[in-house]
Amino acid sequence: MSHTTHTGTRGHAAADGTDGPRPLLELRDLAITFSTSNGDVPAVRNAHLTVMPGETVAIVGESGSGKSTTALAAIGLLPANGRVSNGSIIFDGEDITHASEKRIVALRGSSIGMVPQDPMSNLNPVWKIGFQVRETLKANGLPSGPQDVAKVLAEAGLPDAASRANQYPHEFSGGMRQRALIAIGLSCRPRLLIADEPTSALDVTVQRQILDHLDTMTEELGTAVLLITHDLGLAAERAHKVIVMYKGQVVEAGPALELLTNPRHPYTQKLVASAPSIASRRIESAKKAGIATDDLLAPAAPAGAVMDRVIEVEDLTKVFKIRGNWGKSTDFTAVDKVSFSIARGTTTAVVGESGSGKSTVAKMVLGLEGATSGSIRFDGVDITTLGRKEMFDFRRRVQPIFQDPYGSLDPMYNIYRTIEEPLRVHGVGNAKSREKKVRELLDQVALPSAMMQRFPNELSGGQRQRVAIARALALDPEVVICDEAVSALDVLVQAQILTLLADLQSELGLSYLFITHDLAVVRQIADHVAVMEKGRLVEQGTTDEVFDNPRTAYTQALLAAIPGAGLVLPPEVA
Amino acid sequence: MVWYIVRRVLQLVPVFLGATLLVYFLVFSLPGDATAAICGERGCTPAVVAGLREQYNLDQPFWIQYLLYLKGVLTFDLGVNFSGRPIATIIAEVFPTTAKLAIMALVIEAVFGIVFGLIAGLRKGRLFDSSVLVVSLIVIAVPIFVLGFLMQFLIGVKLQWTNPTVSGDATVTELLLPAVVLGLVSFAYVLRLTRTSVIENVNADYVRTATAKGLSRRRVVVVHVLRNSLIPVVTFLGADLGALMGGAIVTEGIFNVNGVGNTLYRAVLNGDGPMVVSIVTFLILIFCLANLLVDLLYAWLDPRIRYA
Repeated sequence: MSHTTHTGTRGHAAADGTDGPRPLLELRDLAITFSTSNGDVPAVRNAHLTVMPGETVAIVGESGSGKSTTALAAIGLLPANGRVSNGSIIFDGEDITHASEKRIVALRGSSIGMVPQDPMSNLNPVWKIGFQVRETLKANGLPSGPQDVAKVLAEAGLPDAASRANQYPHEFSGGMRQRALIAIGLSCRPRLLIADEPTSALDVTVQRQILDHLDTMTEELGTAVLLITHDLGLAAERAHKVIVMYKGQVVEAGPALELLTNPRHPYTQKLVASAPSIASRRIESAKKAGIATDDLLAPAAPAGAVMDRVIEVEDLTKVFKIRGNWGKSTDFTAVDKVSFSIARGTTTAVVGESGSGKSTVAKMVLGLEGATSGSIRFDGVDITTLGRKEMFDFRRRVQPIFQDPYGSLDPMYNIYRTIEEPLRVHGVGNAKSREKKVRELLDQVALPSAMMQRFPNELSGGQRQRVAIARALALDPEVVICDEAVSALDVLVQAQILTLLADLQSELGLSYLFITHDLAVVRQIADHVAVMEKGRLVEQGTTDEVFDNPRTAYTQALLAAIPGAGLVLPPEVA
Repeated sequence: MVWYIVRRVLQLVPVFLGATLLVYFLVFSLPGDATAAICGERGCTPAVVAGLREQYNLDQPFWIQYLLYLKGVLTFDLGVNFSGRPIATIIAEVFPTTAKLAIMALVIEAVFGIVFGLIAGLRKGRLFDSSVLVVSLIVIAVPIFVLGFLMQFLIGVKLQWTNPTVSGDATVTELLLPAVVLGLVSFAYVLRLTRTSVIENVNADYVRTATAKGLSRRRVVVVHVLRNSLIPVVTFLGADLGALMGGAIVTEGIFNVNGVGNTLYRAVLNGDGPMVVSIVTFLILIFCLANLLVDLLYAWLDPRIRYA
């Protein structure tokens, strides 16, 4: 359990077959099968990978590609209906493919650690953080006094660790929880750490801090890392070796930069072309090289267009009352004197981290939440003063698309009814003309009209988001408010939806208010950017201005945190 | 926390007022003359009837009757029932038996329900799970008086393991069989609730993380699955405690237990207004206190819940 003795393996990715040290983890022709009620379903086929001691290897792929399943198999954590049906898992020379439960329990924690994906759901809500660290140390036979627990937490960068250990998970922010999980994962000094999307649920700046810290720690301890991610940019930046998985198979593997600059498999090529972090990096590189970036950037506002402002927000403020003890309440200013405007036919992005007030802005502009003060003018009319009936008409002209396509569609409504509902509510046309409209809308979002009778649970995430877009467009709105509309989607699907939104904009002259935490996406779609921090708008301007010359430290930090920021890519990469 | 408890206890006041008013009104509205029940088949002389009416304030309008009753309650005088015995004495006499029975039933259903539910949940879809589910379904479906008489006949009369009925002393051994019958239906619910909850939690992310930390299977189940699964079960058990305290009318009838349920049943049959109102009010207060206890227990089990 001491620090591993080898040094310096990090930094040069040992290729397979060299006579260097023995691989720490080796998966040979691994196949994993899930038994379902419809028979056996292969989840992973012929997966092959090697992790050398101290090396960081990333597995990249979209959801359902088998990347997590592969990694979980290595620590014996396959779901109950999954099994290794072929191949072998070799850890430090020992075949653990069919090792006994006892042996696997002995390896877990002490030899192979794990940092899971979602910090919100991976800590048991009913036990204190300290308890959850202590039981890890105890189970692996390490000293587990309060000072040991505090030391482990402090190593993971948790401030004030000794007193923090006495708190419950819900008293921690997402970033702090992830630090606690990293502390747990590394507490017993494992030689291999499986990091399953360790930061995808976090804000970009936090993501960067956490990954930096994880890098430093694993480097100091000489821990090898098997990093699982959907973000190719992040993988390339953090790992020595990248393995791309697609539909249960390893389609490409190699040193990170080589894979980015020279992807051979068509899927990798697509991935390289559409990963937002890489796309935005490509724009940077192209600009530096002085190459025209028109086809890389979002379509700019039509030249010579009158600066007709469809939405003008002025001094918008929202104060929430937070109930405290003894009936007292304190004021919390979620949005503080925010002003911006959206020119007709363009996209304005509001960017910020969680808690910055960006979603509250979206809700107020949609008229779903009342403003404490300030005005929102839509076509010159202040919507905060609208009556019931006028509000109803306003809603017809401004439509939302929300983040979670799983939550925003009624599971009991079929697709036809979902899209037709706004038309019916607003009394548009008769049954026949409404059906025609629904067909047109499905066509616009590139879904077959045969889908009308299906239900949301039969659709993929991307298809659902298309349905949500079709529903938003049903009433021919002028403004569409996208609240994190693509953040829940896989990169390739994300790219498709962004393209669809851009096409619809030029076709229908839509204006978008794009609420997002993802600057890489902003770079691709927005004309204007407004950056929010703690309820205040700290910076705004055209996308180029903000990206090229960020004026505030906060924006600079946000930009620097885009994964892949450290990559230097030749502009012609595509 | 203290402030929360004070507030919850204060909330009992409107509950108490509303409940007594409602029950008093219902008893007041019962058809028939209350004095007829006291006098029996031979009837009383008009003078006696008038005297009874005055004694129980039956000649007063509803509001006056109700307020006089409240005044009695607030001065800790529940009055006398139609047979002339102080109601407070009667409740003090029968309540310990009922409380004993209810707590025994609660312990039986909690222990067996949680243990069987946990095992069934961990072995979802296997033989143990399926058989336990079928048995619990039968228990829920068959009416309690059928189960009660059946067990009384088999265990009490045929096998003679216990007395078929309970004596006036109501010892723990005597109450065992009635407690099993009383707890049987809730046992089935506790089992199913625990099972569902365990199945849900066993696939939770934090359980997988706990396993990944290197904990033994046993520790993962006890520390990370069971405690989290108990949260909904405890809510059910608390509400059930309140129900068991008052709702044992059928079981107490079958086994001839001299408890609150039996007394209430007789009072209703006799149209004994003061007695009915007092017992029901007492039960409501017990129910409210049981719920308060559950809420506090809930906060202890789930630290995310904080009362201010």
